[in-house]
Amino acid sequence: MEAKQYHNPDKIYLSVKTVFYREGGLEPISFLWEDGQEYEISKVTDIRRAASLKAGGTGIRYTCKVHNREVYLFLEEDRWFMERRD
Amino acid sequence: MDRVILHSDLNNFYASVECLYRPEIRHKPVAVCGDPAARQGIVLAKNYPAKATGIKTGEAIWQARQKCPGLVVVPPNFPLYLRFAHLAREIYADYTDQIEPFGLDEAWLDVTGSREICGDGVKIADEIRERIKFEMGVTASVGVSYNKIFAKLGSDMKKPDATTVITHDNFKELVWPLPAGDLLYVGRATQRKLARRGINSIGDIAQSPPEYLKSFLGKWGEVLWSFANGNDHSPVTRISEAALIKSVGNSITTPRDLENDADVEMVFYVLSESVAARLRKHGLKCRTAQIHIRDNSLFSFDAQGKFLEPTHLSSDLAEKAMELFRAQYGWARPIRSLGVRGCNLVTAENNEQLCLFADEEKRLKQEKVEATVDVLRHRFGHLSIQRAVLLQDTDFRTINPQEDHVIHPVGFFKPGKLP
Repeated sequence: MEAKQYHNPDKIYLSVKTVFYREGGLEPISFLWEDGQEYEISKVTDIRRAASLKAGGTGIRYTCKVHNREVYLFLEEDRWFMERRD
Repeated sequence: MDRVILHSDLNNFYASVECLYRPEIRHKPVAVCGDPAARQGIVLAKNYPAKATGIKTGEAIWQARQKCPGLVVVPPNFPLYLRFAHLAREIYADYTDQIEPFGLDEAWLDVTGSREICGDGVKIADEIRERIKFEMGVTASVGVSYNKIFAKLGSDMKKPDATTVITHDNFKELVWPLPAGDLLYVGRATQRKLARRGINSIGDIAQSPPEYLKSFLGKWGEVLWSFANGNDHSPVTRISEAALIKSVGNSITTPRDLENDADVEMVFYVLSESVAARLRKHGLKCRTAQIHIRDNSLFSFDAQGKFLEPTHLSSDLAEKAMELFRAQYGWARPIRSLGVRGCNLVTAENNEQLCLFADEEKRLKQEKVEATVDVLRHRFGHLSIQRAVLLQDTDFRTINPQEDHVIHPVGFFKPGKLP
């Protein structure tokens, strides 16, 4: 709710598909990028709490492999975001 | 055996959180300020560039702008700060369960029992700082010492993002040169009394005979003397999830100055409704009501009165508040802000001693009425049902203290139990 008053072009909110496991916990499996294309996440290699100075926010950071590139997906409260790359 | 006490202080807390969320203003002077339209236009927090221009917390926005014409003023976002306070406390909880919050941005931790597992005080302090920086994107200063007073002074010494250790061996060097006013519980009045007697530093307090301090400060004189000498043995309160609420209160700076009893009564009703609703929400009743009055010269005082029996009814609170007010206030000046607080709390389910002199039937009816109001407001919003007394003045009609005021002073709300 509080995120709404901040407009940061480097903070990209995304729609993310996730799996909630029977034994608890969740993992993202794909996300919709700004261009409308859906990207599969082949592997989540790390999960930890982290802040993003670039995007301005903090949450649970999922380190994801997408097409052999490493990207950070942040779950902040109930929204997912990614940092814009230069 | 010495205790190991940490005091963690999130640097420029509100301003740091705002700067994290607004990268574009990070390197500019920034002040988080209340809403001028609601007459709360004062500086609540500022970042280092703003501090460098001499801006002080509590100043009016126009004063701050005079010192720093390029100042970026942003409104506060209390829900976000609460979230960050919780995040910090979750980090602390990885090291100890003895956490005593002091406001939203400070906390004492007793890590005496954690040294075997987590390392010594400095190691824990450094780890906490690193995690706050990495996980939350803000910084903290941590003081490490063998008592709470010195730990707090330590966290103030090096900022931002630093650990300061105060030991038996170095406290005379580090703590004693500090001004007396830096010591916890030395407010302006005490500071003046001390200064009049040539006591200006913490070292001066430490080296004065305690009987002498007692002669003009009362029992606090001895307390301050032992604080200054590092003999503070007060424990870090263990905060569990079911932490006890000590009092429930609300205060408000009104949209315009209050001029007469009728104005005051309206505001007391608004505040009492909010306090009563929160008491009910937590299943509590209060035995004592306390009011706070601040006039338009910013002079303020409190008054307390007991109830015949514990209550969580807004009508009881408002009537008691009015009774206290009439007895205590002579209308020397118009009033700027008012507060109502229920203290001396008991759980509502307790069997109570019924009062011989009160109308029990009426009280039960009144409790049902107020419970119904709670339900209506929960379903249809706060303004869906109002007391007629509030309809007299449109300025006050839209005040909703329960939702507006999320930040509570020390000892008032404990973590995990926020509204």
